[in-house]
Amino acid sequence: MTTVATQIKLTPEHNARPGASVRSRLQDALPKIVLAPSFAITIVFVYGFILWTVYLSFTNSKTFPSYALTGPRAYQRLWRWTFESDPPSSWYTSITNMGIFGFLYIFICLALGLFLAILLDQKIRGEGMLRPIYLYPMALSFIVTGVAWKWFLDPGLGLEQTLHQWGWTSFHFDWIKNKDFVIYTVVIAGVWQASGFIMAMFLAGLRGIDGEIMKAAQIDGATTVQLYRRIVIPLLRPVFLSAFIVLAHLAIKSYDLVVALTSGGPGGSAWLPSNFMYEYTFKRNEMAVGSASAVIMLMTITAIIVPYLYSELRERPR
Amino acid sequence: MSVIATPTRQSTGGISARTVNRIVIYGLLALFALFYLMPLFVMLVTSFKTMDEIQNGNMLALPQAPTFEPWLKAWGETCVGLTCAGIKGYFWNSIKMVVPAVLISTLLGALNGYVLTKWRFRGHTLVFGLMLFACFIPFQSVLLPMATILGSLGRFGVTLRNATGFSFGLGNPTVNLVFVHVVYGLGFTTLFFRNYYEAFPTELVKAAQVDGASFFQIFRRIMLPNSMPIFVVTVIYQFTNIWNDFLFASAYAGTGDAMPMTVALNNVVNTSTGVVEYNVNMAAAMIAALPTLLVYVVAGRYFVRGLMAGAVKG
Repeated sequence: MTTVATQIKLTPEHNARPGASVRSRLQDALPKIVLAPSFAITIVFVYGFILWTVYLSFTNSKTFPSYALTGPRAYQRLWRWTFESDPPSSWYTSITNMGIFGFLYIFICLALGLFLAILLDQKIRGEGMLRPIYLYPMALSFIVTGVAWKWFLDPGLGLEQTLHQWGWTSFHFDWIKNKDFVIYTVVIAGVWQASGFIMAMFLAGLRGIDGEIMKAAQIDGATTVQLYRRIVIPLLRPVFLSAFIVLAHLAIKSYDLVVALTSGGPGGSAWLPSNFMYEYTFKRNEMAVGSASAVIMLMTITAIIVPYLYSELRERPR
Repeated sequence: MSVIATPTRQSTGGISARTVNRIVIYGLLALFALFYLMPLFVMLVTSFKTMDEIQNGNMLALPQAPTFEPWLKAWGETCVGLTCAGIKGYFWNSIKMVVPAVLISTLLGALNGYVLTKWRFRGHTLVFGLMLFACFIPFQSVLLPMATILGSLGRFGVTLRNATGFSFGLGNPTVNLVFVHVVYGLGFTTLFFRNYYEAFPTELVKAAQVDGASFFQIFRRIMLPNSMPIFVVTVIYQFTNIWNDFLFASAYAGTGDAMPMTVALNNVVNTSTGVVEYNVNMAAAMIAALPTLLVYVVAGRYFVRGLMAGAVKG
């Protein structure tokens, strides 16, 4: 990999004339100078700030940052709360919700996305019309999605009321007001928003599969189900991985949807760790605990993303 | 590659089995189309109904006497917190925040992508990797330090204004949000342009070099004219993301006149004083959704490509 930049640097003439040397050295350094501000910004405002947050999590900051280190007290509290299930601590609720939401959101989006992609790949007339319909929710903000679904799931106004009017009076659906079920409404709205996009990813993957392989399998007498289970789905493995990464980091970052859809749910019962962090840092004056929860969120994402990025960036030894 | 549809030899009942198959497939596809359209449909029809009709009618029914009143009220009269001047001001706040943030982050991303592919240096992968990881961090992990810094800058801005008469934008919530979105959008824009320029023939750049073109000349004359598609993708991606952001908006401009649209909408919907005007809420939500929906309708192809590029690295 010889780039132009290194070639220029190796040309000896540049050092010969002192006047030109400054200019040409500046020319050589120009690309780095152009990149430098962005890189510096990233180092300071991403990595520096992360360290700052980590530091704060080891202090006893309350309403205002305090910079005297007091040890891992915030983490000890979170650890204690992790098992405090009766009555559940806010942290216990948040991480349990994260587990439920994360698992269902990722699983349903993947399953539904793949299913729709396979259906759409059957030479469907009107595919050009259906695809955008499945995908448009991705263009909406979580706030708008939350407002729409809040209305739709409201027992007094939405689906329940409508079905009552149609004569199904025993129908009962009040999950959004029920502290044990409210997190599932977040799953519904979240799946509604992201599954179309996952469908598009799978569809792109399906379209990339070599038709010859399929024909060969069909000639060998494979049934449709066998074909998909044994050949197509294994070939889609890279798409599964990308989709999983996208969904996992969306799930951990989810914040707005809970706010808009449930306002946190009855008694904070719909909180995710992101909501916990926001509430503890900015509303409950427990800055150190809030920071510690942010660090835990970051570590979770890091554990998923870093191996992925590492393999992605290493694969190209050009 | 269609399999279920292809009639195979063993289906002796040929046509009919195939027809049933097709009906099931189309039926399922239509059902899911309904599922995706329902909330938008309900939102849309509700925004054109009177309160009376909402309370007594069916959520799925079309408005009996369509009225624009809720839209006008949402735009110009509804209460956001204690101010009752509609959401129009907040809509413009969002525009004022989105336009500069998108332009700056896209341009920087283009330059970064150009350097990282055509002017490589030792450690370019590490630099890119560090910027890329920034795309994925939960912003909660930088939220508080940024709030502290913006607070200090704001205080410095007051001092500056007292001394010189100008605050130079320091402490202005919109300026703050532009800055924040540029900083945390850089990773994505750099990723987009890097992957695009990666496939751009380096020979062209080298030839221009030999002809004595400078770093910026090559960028302006050779790279930029060939970057239209990726510019569209990046601008759309950034526009959607920044317009839809809620976390930064609520943390750094959560109160007062500088609120962006998403925060204002959340406040409108969750204002619990008086009768809840659902039609006005839905109209406000529609107004908040319109810009990104419009972009999606006009340039859906690029929108999807952007999402894909953000998800799968080429």
